[in-house]
Amino acid sequence: MEYIIIIISAIFVNNIVLAQFLGICPFLGVSSKVETSAGMAGAVTFVMVIATIVTYLLQKYVLDAFGIAFMQTITFILVIASLVQLVEIILKKVSPALYQALGIFLPLITTNCAVLGVAILAVQKDYNLMESVVFAIANAVGFGLALITFAGLREHLELVSIPKGMKGVPIALVVAGLLALAFMGFAGIV
Amino acid sequence: MNQWKNFSKGFFKENPVLVLLLGMCPTLGVTTSAINGLGMGLATTFVLVMSNLVVSLVKSQIPDKVRIPSFIVIIASFVTMVELIMQAYVPALFDQLGLFIPLIVVNCIVLGRAEAFASKNNILSSALDGLGMGLGFAMALTILGGIRELLGNGSFFGFKFIQGDGMLVFVLAPGAFIALGYLIVLINKINKKTA
Amino acid sequence: MLTLNLSVSERRLRMAKKESTFMSMVLTLLIVTLVASAALGYIYEITKGPIAASKLAKLNNAIKQVVPEYDTIPGDEVYKMGIDGDTLVFYPAKKDGELVGTAISTFTNKGFGGNIKLMVGLLPDGTINNISVLEHKETPGLGDKMSKKKSEWSIQFNGKNPSDFKLKVTKDGGDVDAITASTISSRAFCDAVERAHKAYMEGGKK
Repeated sequence: MEYIIIIISAIFVNNIVLAQFLGICPFLGVSSKVETSAGMAGAVTFVMVIATIVTYLLQKYVLDAFGIAFMQTITFILVIASLVQLVEIILKKVSPALYQALGIFLPLITTNCAVLGVAILAVQKDYNLMESVVFAIANAVGFGLALITFAGLREHLELVSIPKGMKGVPIALVVAGLLALAFMGFAGIV
Repeated sequence: MNQWKNFSKGFFKENPVLVLLLGMCPTLGVTTSAINGLGMGLATTFVLVMSNLVVSLVKSQIPDKVRIPSFIVIIASFVTMVELIMQAYVPALFDQLGLFIPLIVVNCIVLGRAEAFASKNNILSSALDGLGMGLGFAMALTILGGIRELLGNGSFFGFKFIQGDGMLVFVLAPGAFIALGYLIVLINKINKKTA
Repeated sequence: MLTLNLSVSERRLRMAKKESTFMSMVLTLLIVTLVASAALGYIYEITKGPIAASKLAKLNNAIKQVVPEYDTIPGDEVYKMGIDGDTLVFYPAKKDGELVGTAISTFTNKGFGGNIKLMVGLLPDGTINNISVLEHKETPGLGDKMSKKKSEWSIQFNGKNPSDFKLKVTKDGGDVDAITASTISSRAFCDAVERAHKAYMEGGKK
């Protein structure tokens, strides 16, 4: 039950992109095609889950244990940066096919605040390891859902005639606003 | 003259938020009021100036291949300092901005300026570049926060103009996207006229 | 590291840069990290006091708002009770050695926007003295009227004793007037207050 609440809340009610404003850069940057969005979502899921596990363990057994919780930001970002690098190297060796699909998105993930954000949030919410993993997966799914839905909308936007000044980013932002409005309808279901 | 340019380009021509579209997460996330926008902007400015300064200072000492990790450590240190100082002396604002303070570290503007500008320019230019970019960022956030607060709450910097509630959608998530969208249209128009 | 950022500027910079040998790379990272840690440790030492003080001030402020005047430091005699997967925290307030009220930090997860945290002040007989909202994510303009900053709604609880004042909204057969258009938020608010009161009467009283 606890897990179901975490999952629904993270995907719909407090959607990481549309309600928490994390990961906006890739949301606006790589969402012009459904295909690339799916690739990005896959790569983010991968890194987000691993990063959350590693940072959870670090927080519990290193930072809290030694009373140096104030080093959280610096530790987490270094973990994520090296993790991204590591994942890239391993993926290249182990699964060239997967690397081909996700490879170009990996370097972008270090500065994706959704990854660091979820890692910090999981610690702030006092989740245990299992809950943190579920939380990370649910947020990654929420990220993917927002990204892919938005990409679908943007593909259609290209065919519509709109005022010149609104073309590109401005209309994308307005559409994102409407999408956020739609997601607000989920509020109150948990 | 050249130094003035380093400083002033961050406001309109290369405004990090409104023109370069960087740092969108805090831009949308914290701008429910003008004061939040300003607070976030100034915190980011501090990190930008300090990290640009230090990066420019040590740039020739750092081997190329570990440049980015070194920059990240430098930036993360200043972010943590801001975090601790705000927590100690402006706890109310710190609570409001919450998660977005540690997230300054992944703000593309900061690493972007360190990499694209400070690692190639002298200390004075780098500091001015950081200051200009930071204040441009702060300006954009304050304007957006002001607009959202005015429309959504009928107040500006906490001073109430209109009794009752405003158009509440503007202090909620959808309003952030929509207000920013129209603000960008406006800036594009202004930039086109002056160019 | 981060091949993306390297590509453009790399060639132009190579000449001016230090050689990237293994030793120099390890050494540089080590020095950078050490200096950063030392600087942070220093700042941490300086800000530790003020951070603790501001947290305490915030807590005392919340307690002061909800219980009658006291002369002890409620934070000194705090006790806790685990309930419904979370914890209630009790802060007894005393004057001249006698209990004048207890501030209880309570919670509910039934809010429209998730968790709500309240500080409920109860008099020794269980009567509600005052309530303040510590944390909430309710909709601005609707559910957020539970906060005293936004409306006078929560004043209706003051001076009521839940033994003869049903902590439910009128729609559910209780005595609480719900916030217009925010029944869920009002219900959640009642739920949190009820939890504090019940725990207090059933052994939370000390």
